Amino acid sequence: MRAYILRRLGLAVPSLFIVTVVLFLIIRLIPGSIIDIMVTEHVFGSASDMKVTADLIREQMGLDKPVYEQYGKWVWNILSKGDLGKSMWNNQSVRTEIGQRLPVSFELGIMAIIVALVIAIPIGIYSGIRQDTAGDYVARSFGILCICLPSFWIGTMVMVFPSIWWNWVPSMELIPFTKDPLGNLGMFILPAIILGMATSGTTMRMTRTMMLEILRQDYIRTAWSKGLKERIVVMRHALKNALIPVVTLIGINIPVLVGGSVIIEQIFVLPGMGRLLLDAISQRDYTVVSGVNAVVAAFVLATNLVVDMTYGFLDPRIHYR
Amino acid sequence: MAEARSTPAAASAGAKKRPFIVDVLRRMVREKPLGTVGGIITVVFFLVGIFANFIAPHGMNESFPGEYLKSPSLEFWLGTDNLGRDVLSRIIFGAQISMMVGLFGMAISTSISTAIGTLSGFFGGTFDLIVQRLVDAWMCFPMLIILITIMSILGGGLAQIVIVLGVVWGIGGSRIVRSAVISIKNNVYIEAARSIGSSTPKMLFQHILPNVAAPIIILFTTGMPALILTEASLSFLGFGIPPPTPSWGGMLSTQGRRFMVIAPWLAIWPGLALSLVVYGINMFGDGIRDILDPRLKGGVGRYSGAARRMAKAMNRK
Repeated sequence: MRAYILRRLGLAVPSLFIVTVVLFLIIRLIPGSIIDIMVTEHVFGSASDMKVTADLIREQMGLDKPVYEQYGKWVWNILSKGDLGKSMWNNQSVRTEIGQRLPVSFELGIMAIIVALVIAIPIGIYSGIRQDTAGDYVARSFGILCICLPSFWIGTMVMVFPSIWWNWVPSMELIPFTKDPLGNLGMFILPAIILGMATSGTTMRMTRTMMLEILRQDYIRTAWSKGLKERIVVMRHALKNALIPVVTLIGINIPVLVGGSVIIEQIFVLPGMGRLLLDAISQRDYTVVSGVNAVVAAFVLATNLVVDMTYGFLDPRIHYR
Repeated sequence: MAEARSTPAAASAGAKKRPFIVDVLRRMVREKPLGTVGGIITVVFFLVGIFANFIAPHGMNESFPGEYLKSPSLEFWLGTDNLGRDVLSRIIFGAQISMMVGLFGMAISTSISTAIGTLSGFFGGTFDLIVQRLVDAWMCFPMLIILITIMSILGGGLAQIVIVLGVVWGIGGSRIVRSAVISIKNNVYIEAARSIGSSTPKMLFQHILPNVAAPIIILFTTGMPALILTEASLSFLGFGIPPPTPSWGGMLSTQGRRFMVIAPWLAIWPGLALSLVVYGINMFGDGIRDILDPRLKGGVGRYSGAARRMAKAMNRK
């Protein structure tokens, strides 16, 4: 088990390296570098004045050095001090900034997964054990609906129509969990439902398909012929085996959820990682973009590992070597 | 439907002589009512997209002075926006944009998936290992964030978004082609081809590719709605197709958001059109997958009608 975890961590290193290098380079390729933006915003003067200032800023920020040197320094600071650098605009530590934003995105993501599972798994099971009944058709249509409705559209509608009909507008200010737990959860529940919708739809369909497949296995027939009740056959014999691919699916969906949270945070004005990233890209704040990307990539790799570990819990036959 | 299931042998024996495509469509109409509905939506969507210039009552950027934010009426069926443009016409031209993104993007994407997947699966070894590590690294990162970053380098536009979406999407899809290639490359007929001295390209094109056609078709039809949705999301965030070109996602973000409270139809129609098309292609793709995937075919092994009826009888107990 320990050897397995260590090997997986070892395999994660090249992935993390490739992703950070690529994004480190890419952000510097965006036309209109941070220096151009800074100079046009703050310097009024001749072209030569501008060039002098630009060179000065470039040197101050270390952007005059070759990219590999910049990358090396960045990685070294992370490994030795856990320091992600400072924002190029307000000189604030990127780590502090991410520390403030991460809990918001994390809460949104966790709630989205919980909502998705609570909706998807019971409906998926029902739909599987009552194949081709009216209930199955309703459940499947609902699942497909969840996949087809674009989250940004539903989010926009939720923002518009309640405000027209009942003058109700979602809160624009973040309510801290410590101050008002219910208010905080109430604020996140709508965005979480909308974010989790697509995952919920795919999970529902996967649960149904797996139930259908598993219910035709020999050991299920044995369970039936022992005279067990349907509830026991389904919950104890079928469900646990049906859940393994569902867990894989959730693992695959985590990057999708992270991407989707960028949109949801934008619509519901939540101060999370997604908005931090969008703002940083438009301002060309290289250090913030690299920092957010590194944290996101590390997070996704870590969750993939956790997902793989749950297989052993669901199926004792699986050994980690 | 029940009839078709009870005589699968007769149906497939009769269908054997027909061309592949006709056979698939016949089975779709007969066995998959939802898939057929989806197919009809897909066809209508394509027709609207192709003939947008003839169908649209007004030009996509034609502005009617004095007709700002008008609610749906006889002249403007779906109302007008803040610049006095006909929303229906813009939705119709939006269909054209979405169709091009879906078709061209998926064409690029499936070509890339097929190329990477076939080579990686067929040759195996170190080459496969390296390619798969790269694909892994690529897959572990949120696609939307990669897309936003790349699109901000290239700037918005139809050609850019088609290429970027196609490439980014295609790399992930290569895994499905790869596993299909691996599962067939140890078949006896491949070995036979090798032993009579077939060249590698000949084996790839004549023996491997035709046998992974089904997963490639499935990849195409199931990927298209996702690609259309992704383009809409990107345009919504302002990283896709820039205004004034009417993209369904963009229509929800720029004019939509600012004037939605006074003109709610601006928020409804583009989203509704998008949802309907995504639903239709999804259903159509599902139908095709069910027909092409041998594991899900009616009348085979455990999934046969007999097994299903037995399971049902057991459920009733």
